[in-house]
Amino acid sequence: MTALLGALIGRLPIGWLQLIHSRTRLAAAMAGVAFANILVLVQLGIMGSLNNSILISYGLLNADIMISAENANTLTEGDNVARQRMFQALGVPGVQSAMPFYVATADWERADGTSTAFVTFGIDPEKGDYLDAGLAPFAPRLRLRDSAVVDRLARNMDASALETLGPDDPLRFEVRGVTLSAIDSFAAGGGFAGDGYMLVSDQTFHRIFPNRSTGAPDHILIKIAPDADPGVVLAALQAQFDGTGLRVRSFADAALEDQDYQTTERPTGLIFGFGVVIGVLVGIVIVYQILSTDVADHLAEYATFKAMGYGQSMFLGIVLEQAVILGILGFVPGIAVSWLLYEMLGAMTGLPVELTFATTAAVFVGTIIACLVSGAIATRRLAAADPADLF
Amino acid sequence: MNAPARNPALPAVAEVPAIRVAGLNHWFGEGEARKQALFDVDLTVRPGSLTVLMGPSGSGKTTVLTLMGCLREVQDGSVELLGHELNGAREADLVLYRRRLGFIFQAHNLHGSLTARQNVMMGLQVHGHRDEATQRKAAAHILGALGLGDRLDYLPGNLSGGQKQRVAVARALVGNPAVVFADEPTAALDKESGMTVVRMLKELGRQRGTTTMMVTHDNRILELADRIVTMEDGRTVKDTAP
Ligand SMILES: Nc1ncnc2c1ncn2[C@@H]1O[C@H](COP(=O)(O)OP(=O)(O)O)[C@@H](O)[C@H]1O
Ligand SMILES: [Mg+2]
Repeated sequence: MTALLGALIGRLPIGWLQLIHSRTRLAAAMAGVAFANILVLVQLGIMGSLNNSILISYGLLNADIMISAENANTLTEGDNVARQRMFQALGVPGVQSAMPFYVATADWERADGTSTAFVTFGIDPEKGDYLDAGLAPFAPRLRLRDSAVVDRLARNMDASALETLGPDDPLRFEVRGVTLSAIDSFAAGGGFAGDGYMLVSDQTFHRIFPNRSTGAPDHILIKIAPDADPGVVLAALQAQFDGTGLRVRSFADAALEDQDYQTTERPTGLIFGFGVVIGVLVGIVIVYQILSTDVADHLAEYATFKAMGYGQSMFLGIVLEQAVILGILGFVPGIAVSWLLYEMLGAMTGLPVELTFATTAAVFVGTIIACLVSGAIATRRLAAADPADLF
Repeated sequence: MNAPARNPALPAVAEVPAIRVAGLNHWFGEGEARKQALFDVDLTVRPGSLTVLMGPSGSGKTTVLTLMGCLREVQDGSVELLGHELNGAREADLVLYRRRLGFIFQAHNLHGSLTARQNVMMGLQVHGHRDEATQRKAAAHILGALGLGDRLDYLPGNLSGGQKQRVAVARALVGNPAVVFADEPTAALDKESGMTVVRMLKELGRQRGTTTMMVTHDNRILELADRIVTMEDGRTVKDTAP
């Protein structure tokens, strides 16, 4: 290792030799870097799962344009849109079809005290093309009153009970006083807005939520004609609804804006973003402490090297060499523990947490940069090494 | 460098001195506490000679050494080292001049995380890292000459005080310095290794023209000196050749 580093740096790897000479300090520094890494990675994991779960919810649907109320920042929040608007939209050239989309959360409370909050999508069973291709075949089967297709990855659910579902052998359960028949299942998974998803027809939706008016869907989904220019149709719809207090966005933009809103404007997103910043700061402070203590402990040695004719760049090199080594050595246990925590978090919450290569690479680069910043600050102490004090 | 037959104590006419100090004054402290440590010191040192600096404690010996060795900024007067004026020299130049010097401090000042051999190699690597194998060999050779051939890979923490001091000597001499500065080096060395070091320095002076400036009170060394300069209260008061 020493020989390898020596060849790499072009001198004896003094920083490395100093680090391995005081094992306690090395262990403390590694623990500090690892701890900061874990803080950052766990926050990023939760943020990422928030983003993922939002994408999953939009991914269940299939539309080109979405019309929503101005304050509808997410799929489930905000005011409704008058159904009347759908007919106006259908009059715009290039619009092929439209579907009122209803969504609300319904709790399935079980006798054993557990419950599952289903984000319930009310859709038109004649318009299966508004569902993701994998779900589209369920649409006609939802025509049957009080039938539902449920998320087998939903939290607090016994997935095995859902495996044998079929038209002849549905699972009956009660939500809000209505007995539903789960005729089939799909895989989505819980997010921050609910424990999982459930698809029902618009009619069943109104039986579960009698207070919701059929004339006021949450969003209006639109598909455009295959030969129409999406940008032109979108602009035409935006012009049509200008001044009505409605947002007309492409479906993809709506998903992105939802993610953006939930991660940067909502307290949950802000808290986790703040956690990342704290993690980075903790890491920088710990590494700075360790490196500056190490510099302070070796001032006499550095002064001796100065007397021997070594220049400032070599001392900067020693500290930065240590910074990079600490970054790498701390990152390894940090990523390992984080991976374990991701697995545990995923298993416990059912959230789609995933340690991606991109995140790993970004955190590694960030760790090295943060360590270099700490090292750069620590080098200020080098000025105290005065060779005149040696005699 | 020079004809070794001539007595190095006698200055030659057209020779560049290793060190020439003229009208050197030095002060420590600021304002009220400002105190003059050196008064109008003049000293010219021939290359290849061994000069001993002696005098009571606080007389300014160390101050003179650090000024000549580029370790302290010259405030007033002139110090010429190997033909370079140090008064007003840039830090970058001082760094380069230091590479031609060797320091033997009272404390060994070895790096505790480096082995004896690695410490000595630091005295070579200041001139570049090329050819590590040669550097390892050179370090082993000089450590062997100082009786440490079987301690090459020991960390300083596992060496005795005298052994550490000998490693420090090896580190100072391995790079073939033009001038060696030693401040009471024999304090931490036992008598025998002290004499070994001084004989080595004498030998280097004869063979390579290495100049040595040494602060010591050791009588046996005084006998080997080419010149003895005595200081008192920041002034040179006596200058003899034994
Ligand atoms: N760093 C310093 N700060 C203040 N005064 C100093 C410093 N170094 C030396 N002195 C003073 O300068 C004078 C000469 O000191 P020094 O050169 O160390 O003497 P010597 O080496 O002959 O014992 C002494 O009076 C000492 O107190
Ligand atoms: Mg002294």
